[in-house]
Amino acid sequence: MEDRARTLTRAAELRAYFEAAGARPVETPVLQPAELLLDLYGEDIRGRAYVTSDALRGEQMLRPDFTVPVVQMHMREGAEPARYTYAGEVFRRQEHDPDRANEFVQVGYEVFDRADAAAADAEVFTRIAGALSGLPLRAATGDIGILKAAVAGLQTTAARKAALMRHIWRPRRFRALLDRYAGRAAVPPARAALLAAADPMAEAGPVIGRRSGAEIVRRIEALRADAAAAPVSDHELLGLETLLAVRETLPFALERLRDVAVDLPQITPAVDLLEARMGALADRGVDVDSLEFEASYGRTSMEYYDGFVFGFYAEGRADLPPVATGGRYDALTRALGDGAEIPAVGGVLRPGLMLALQETGQ
Amino acid sequence: MTLKLGVPSKGRLMDKTFDWFDRHGIRLTRTGSDREYAGSVEGIAGVALVLLSAGEIPRELAAGRIHFGVTGTDLVHEKLPRWEQQVEEIAPLGFGQADLIIAVPRAWVDVDTLDDLDAAAAAFRAEHGFRLRIATKYHRLVREFLTDTGVADYQLVDSQGATEGTVKNETAEAIADITSTGETLRANHLKILSDGLVLRSQATLWRSRVAACEGPDQAALAELLRRIDH
Repeated sequence: MEDRARTLTRAAELRAYFEAAGARPVETPVLQPAELLLDLYGEDIRGRAYVTSDALRGEQMLRPDFTVPVVQMHMREGAEPARYTYAGEVFRRQEHDPDRANEFVQVGYEVFDRADAAAADAEVFTRIAGALSGLPLRAATGDIGILKAAVAGLQTTAARKAALMRHIWRPRRFRALLDRYAGRAAVPPARAALLAAADPMAEAGPVIGRRSGAEIVRRIEALRADAAAAPVSDHELLGLETLLAVRETLPFALERLRDVAVDLPQITPAVDLLEARMGALADRGVDVDSLEFEASYGRTSMEYYDGFVFGFYAEGRADLPPVATGGRYDALTRALGDGAEIPAVGGVLRPGLMLALQETGQ
Repeated sequence: MTLKLGVPSKGRLMDKTFDWFDRHGIRLTRTGSDREYAGSVEGIAGVALVLLSAGEIPRELAAGRIHFGVTGTDLVHEKLPRWEQQVEEIAPLGFGQADLIIAVPRAWVDVDTLDDLDAAAAAFRAEHGFRLRIATKYHRLVREFLTDTGVADYQLVDSQGATEGTVKNETAEAIADITSTGETLRANHLKILSDGLVLRSQATLWRSRVAACEGPDQAALAELLRRIDH
């Protein structure tokens, strides 16, 4: 109980620190409508969030994070630009590791600002870093926006690009798709037989269920079109592979990405943004020469991050979850905005972990 | 105290379990009336028979209320997270074989692999405005399998029975269920995805890692393990 009281005190201090930086404190309900979260995150969220229900409101989830309700609140009533802070419990189902907390306190800082993306990214990163100063942490950074730009600009069909884009956050399937589109993976025999068949529906039997015969025929047409499309070229594939493998301190990473942009010119605006962000971080006193950048960082998180991403990890404590994480989530505001959108970037801290690290350090 | 052995309380699973123990010189019998779940053990001292529903045996093992239990691999994996730490697999019993698989309508000639299912799910969601529904009672196993293999845009809907009928009834587009011969699937115009095997299951004897076992129980445990050649 004492630990919890101290965690809450620390959380209140952190929230006050963000308020002093100009953020408005906000509260959100603990129970969130499950439908919206399921729609955004898919079935995976059920593996991460506690679901409960009543006869009146149907399925509800115990808040797995604050981002979604804060974005909703802002889209509903917020004036621009806006800065918010919050502190409270979030709940995460744990089915594999009993040492991971299923309930913990989070403090967050979110910026909704159209003016200057690089400056807003740097502002959030340095505010979070400032709150963590003195702790033995290692910062990791990345940028999903560069990967998205690379995919969006590939010289291949729109259908292939959409499929790759959909799986940016599932590296294994992304890889499998890429190998297939590049002609590196053999066509499965069943697929080859289907494409060769004069009337693929001949042996189909009765069409049952909601997926109609027309939908099946449309997909076969799509598969035929895909089979006829030229493979993704070797130089694009090599460019993507080099891009995904970039892992350097920020200035060297930038140099490597400029090299990649020779083969994949579509990433140039995203790399320009990275360079502007590096400048904005340096202006705020961040030692960018030693800041790590990893092009694949953030791809396995379930969040909606689609640009700058970062995390702070306890040195030599791979067993601990990150003490802070954050990033840009413009796409989430699009998904929730009902036609509206606003560039947004934010981060969260775990005061409980911060206290634990402070104690082991002493 | 006696060593407690949990066995499915009815049907072929119970009969075959009794036969299996019989072959190892341990005679299990149901006593009393047909409706009474009581049993006796002959041929080994210090062991008591507990008749339970197969679905409850994983939980009883994990709680340490029984020392041994017979139930399917599927139920242990579904109901006990980190099952290796809670129970130990002593012996597969060679019956009750069934596979947990993912099946789709046979008419989906364009869907043969999980890769196809994923693509069909994306198109289905765009067309119908909701995620492709997969009916199952094995939520955890199926979700983890589909997450590992990178399938998106689906949702699991609960089905505790007659799962094969959900597609025709339009409460699901695909199913994840246990099958042994595939007969019911074929009768319901369904086919198994070529890489849609989630888990191979069979009736298995498990030992609880948490059940207290002291004094004479330890001797009974050693004797039981010796008799079944473990």
